[in-house]
Amino acid sequence: MLLCGSVSADEPAPAKQQELRNLLKHDCGACHGLQLKGGLGPPLLPEALADKSDVLLLDTIQNGRPGTAMPPWKSFLTVDETNWLIRLLRQP
Amino acid sequence: MNPRYFRFFAALLALLSTACSHTELRGSGDLGVVIEREKGSVQIVNTSQPSPLSRISDLGDLSHASVVFSRDQRYAYIFGRDGGLSKIDLLQDKLEKRIVQAGNSIGGAISQDGKLIAVSNYTPGGVKIFSAETLEQIADIPAVYGEDGRLSKVVGLADASDHRFVFTLFDADEIWIADVKNPKQPAIQKFKNIGKQPYDALLTPDGRYYLAGLFGESGLAKLDMWQPEAGVQRVLPDYGKHDEKLPVYKMPHLQGWTSSGDWLFVPAVGQHEVLVIDKHNWQLIKRIPVVGQPVFVTARPDGRQVWVNFAFPDNQQVQVVDVKDLSVIKTLQPGKAVLHMEFTPRGEAVWLAVRDEDRVMVYDTETLTETARLPADKPSGIFFSSRANQLGL
Ligand code: HEC
Repeated sequence: MLLCGSVSADEPAPAKQQELRNLLKHDCGACHGLQLKGGLGPPLLPEALADKSDVLLLDTIQNGRPGTAMPPWKSFLTVDETNWLIRLLRQP
Repeated sequence: MNPRYFRFFAALLALLSTACSHTELRGSGDLGVVIEREKGSVQIVNTSQPSPLSRISDLGDLSHASVVFSRDQRYAYIFGRDGGLSKIDLLQDKLEKRIVQAGNSIGGAISQDGKLIAVSNYTPGGVKIFSAETLEQIADIPAVYGEDGRLSKVVGLADASDHRFVFTLFDADEIWIADVKNPKQPAIQKFKNIGKQPYDALLTPDGRYYLAGLFGESGLAKLDMWQPEAGVQRVLPDYGKHDEKLPVYKMPHLQGWTSSGDWLFVPAVGQHEVLVIDKHNWQLIKRIPVVGQPVFVTARPDGRQVWVNFAFPDNQQVQVVDVKDLSVIKTLQPGKAVLHMEFTPRGEAVWLAVRDEDRVMVYDTETLTETARLPADKPSGIFFSSRANQLGL
């Protein structure tokens, strides 16, 4: 799974994109809300993330935040996939 | 239309509708509700058939929705993520009333006498109390904590005997009891420093103990509702201290936790185990290894079996524990994303919500085989009207 990163452009294949959207909605949504408006975890809407850098968000998603309920996703998401998700989150 | 004709048609219509309601006469005891989280709809189902009866739509964001029932089992109250509170008439397949009472909510409870509905909210953090009949607001209990008056997210709301609601403040590490003998002016009793990040809580089925699961440290916080003045005690404070904590991709739910005879079955947090606790001395008697992070750990009503579902990425499986030997006897593969399990009132069958397969599956609990499936749109929760008679919900 981790090898998918070898696809040159950092845009995941369409099927993968669908899978990632599904993951975002349901599995991230379990804590951040189906519409990402927040739940046990904070809202992930564009305005909530506006003042957070990509680097910070990448680190948060890949490695989680120890001591909080935010788990690491690096066994399931490559860096490219995570960056794609971050771009998706920033889209209004 | 000519008024004479109009009267005639009106009479005919009235006749027809009474005729219909006669053919559809239904008892409330074998009804249930299936939440379709993405569509924001629910299906009303018959649990004896098993079959779908109707669908009610436009209920808002139903991710993480939960349901309680009026004591006559006629109405279901649905608590949505978006702060919506909907009252549904199960006998007439209609939405009786819907209000949006907060920005972001998590669950609710109905009082022992069936008169009050309490809802726990994330934003603004607190509990609100409504009339079960009219859904009019009766009281607001903001979960204020700390020096600067911040509001905490509220989790683990339960109804306790003697006109009390009990709930937990996730951000404040506190448990509160609200005495609602005078519902307009709830009297609050607070318990502080109960343990770090209590993420959910439940009342044991006998209504005596309120237990909050802790995410930020090991063990559980326990409050004896028969003598709350004795304070909060810690259960299993050393559990898993030296084991590596595995990532948790979905918080376990405690409402499914169950006692079976002398034992309490509890999902471990950050360990792929179900913990068995002896209710007499609150000691751990066994750690049962399972395939993933347990989410719901639910006993069949007779206590003979415990069914366990799991967090991502193991949520395509369900395991069955035989309580006689305290070991897993079967691993089922119902399909992708099994989110919830509900037993029929006496437990001969269990219904599973399999989100990514768009179906509800019914299993015979004796043979552990599938007996029926019902189509449902991204089902995430199943609630049967027999909950009306359970303490704590
Ligand atoms: C088990 C619960 C849980 C799940 C599942 C979860 N998160 Fe989180 N997440 C949290 C919590 C809690 C925080 C807040 C951490 C803190 O207090 O700093 C958080 C924080 C974040 C942040 C930082 C937000 C900020 O304002 O700093 C991002 C970004 C994020 N999560 C993305 C995701 C994505 C993407 C997924 C799915 C791949 C996901 N989360 C799944 C619980 C979760």
